[in-house]
Amino acid sequence: MVKTVYVDNAATTAMSDMAIKAMTPYLKEVYGNPSSLHTVGQVAKEALDKAREEVAALIGAKPNEIYFTSGGSEADNQAIRSAAYAGLAKGKKHIISTAFEHHAVLHTLKKLEKEGFEVTYLDVHSHGNITAEEVERAIRPDTALVTVMYANNEVGSVLPIREIGKVCRDKKVIFHTDAVQAVGHIPVNVVEDNVDMLSASAHKFHGPKGVGFLYCRTGVPLKNLIEGGAQERKRRAGTENIAGICAMAAALNEAVENLDKNMKKEAALRDKLISGLSKIPHSKLNGDTKSRLPGNVNMCFEGIEGESLLLLLDAKGICASSGSACTSGSLDPSHVLLSLGLPHEVAHGSLRLSLSEYNTEEEVDYIVAEVPKVVEYLRSISPVWEALEKGEKPHLI
Amino acid sequence: MALYSEKVMDHFTNPRNVGKLDDADGIGEVGNAKCGDIMKIYIKVRDNIIVDVKFNTFGCGSAIASSSMATEMIKGKPISEALELTNKAVAEALDGLPAHKMHCSVLAEEAIRSAIKDYYDKNGIEYDHAQFPEPTEEHDHDED
Repeated sequence: MVKTVYVDNAATTAMSDMAIKAMTPYLKEVYGNPSSLHTVGQVAKEALDKAREEVAALIGAKPNEIYFTSGGSEADNQAIRSAAYAGLAKGKKHIISTAFEHHAVLHTLKKLEKEGFEVTYLDVHSHGNITAEEVERAIRPDTALVTVMYANNEVGSVLPIREIGKVCRDKKVIFHTDAVQAVGHIPVNVVEDNVDMLSASAHKFHGPKGVGFLYCRTGVPLKNLIEGGAQERKRRAGTENIAGICAMAAALNEAVENLDKNMKKEAALRDKLISGLSKIPHSKLNGDTKSRLPGNVNMCFEGIEGESLLLLLDAKGICASSGSACTSGSLDPSHVLLSLGLPHEVAHGSLRLSLSEYNTEEEVDYIVAEVPKVVEYLRSISPVWEALEKGEKPHLI
Repeated sequence: MALYSEKVMDHFTNPRNVGKLDDADGIGEVGNAKCGDIMKIYIKVRDNIIVDVKFNTFGCGSAIASSSMATEMIKGKPISEALELTNKAVAEALDGLPAHKMHCSVLAEEAIRSAIKDYYDKNGIEYDHAQFPEPTEEHDHDED
């Protein structure tokens, strides 16, 4: 049996012991509905309030600015739709975003475009980032919303959120950030970052799946997506996922408490992976090389295809991810890699390794030893690599 | 691992007939690197029998497995039989492919056809052109 080396933490993380411990009482003893007036319900309500206070404090928010959701996608959908319709009521139909947002943002924007909104998708350039000046230049009198991700899930670029937030505040435009990859991984403070709305997801920081939150600053209008009861101050109907919410609060608390230590550890492992894998000829690191998540490595290897790379690595126990077409279920490679201007041929050969503080140096050494072997093997049976090596086609990277 | 059948995984991790033939009688290359898969098949022919076959493939697990299975299915067979090989037969022999991977088996069928056509062309052998439709160079790229 091969040992599992899990380096797909941007997809999801293992729950921490602390999060599991925080969760279990609410699965068994404290099973009440927080909306119930009786004691069993009120105990659950107290737990819910406490979790809200904790989460709020950990990102610099006030408790009544936190809305618990089913996760990052729901939070993104709600924030964007809400701000768009608030803008529409004032005759504003323009939205600014970037070309490499998560699908939860992009697909919501596509729907809004069909409803008559106009969206500017800022170019993220070959280095995978944007500037606050670019946002400023794109803002128009009819701009209702700027939605820019805090950090990119595939290539790890960390965007200049604080500066973009300042521009939006000055121009009085609502600013939402999808911070699913940032919260619990890098310092995030909604006040210092000049953010109006922020989405986060628990399972990206060792909390459970199916729970997240939306921060919405006091005074910023928020509409509900789901009709029903009066939960979440009438902004999100449905009985609260108490167990998940309490576990999320515990996980975030643990993540923020250990933030500096974890960032240092992950960045060291990341840099070791990058320097080791960069020795593979005709390879390329994708995303911002400087402003980068401490746990993200994303590389392309020319002449091979990502899915076969992943399957062979999986056989060696290495669980990673790729932006190749074959892993997306479509025939095109990921929109993120294409947004960096990578040719299709190159984007097909991508590998993402995303670390957490649970990873070890020993695991990194193993990956650095195994990936080159698999790349070499796949190149040895690849007609594309043959053509590149014979000089029939020019190397692109 | 539920994505692929055991047979696909077997042919992917231990592909049969992988490599090149320096003295090939026919070579067929289909696919497009842009779409993420290219198959190149080499055949050696004696008395209308495919006595040897090798392949090189750039692509996903099912593309490599389809090449492996298809080459195994035509090795030692008369050309007439190889021309009857359908992508469905390749997929069935692999105990099925996920719906969005069926195009990999199509590529295998086309690569074999293309190699046989190349053999015919190089040796001045007459054939029915209708039997060799142009391979699908480009897949449809869904916008959605």
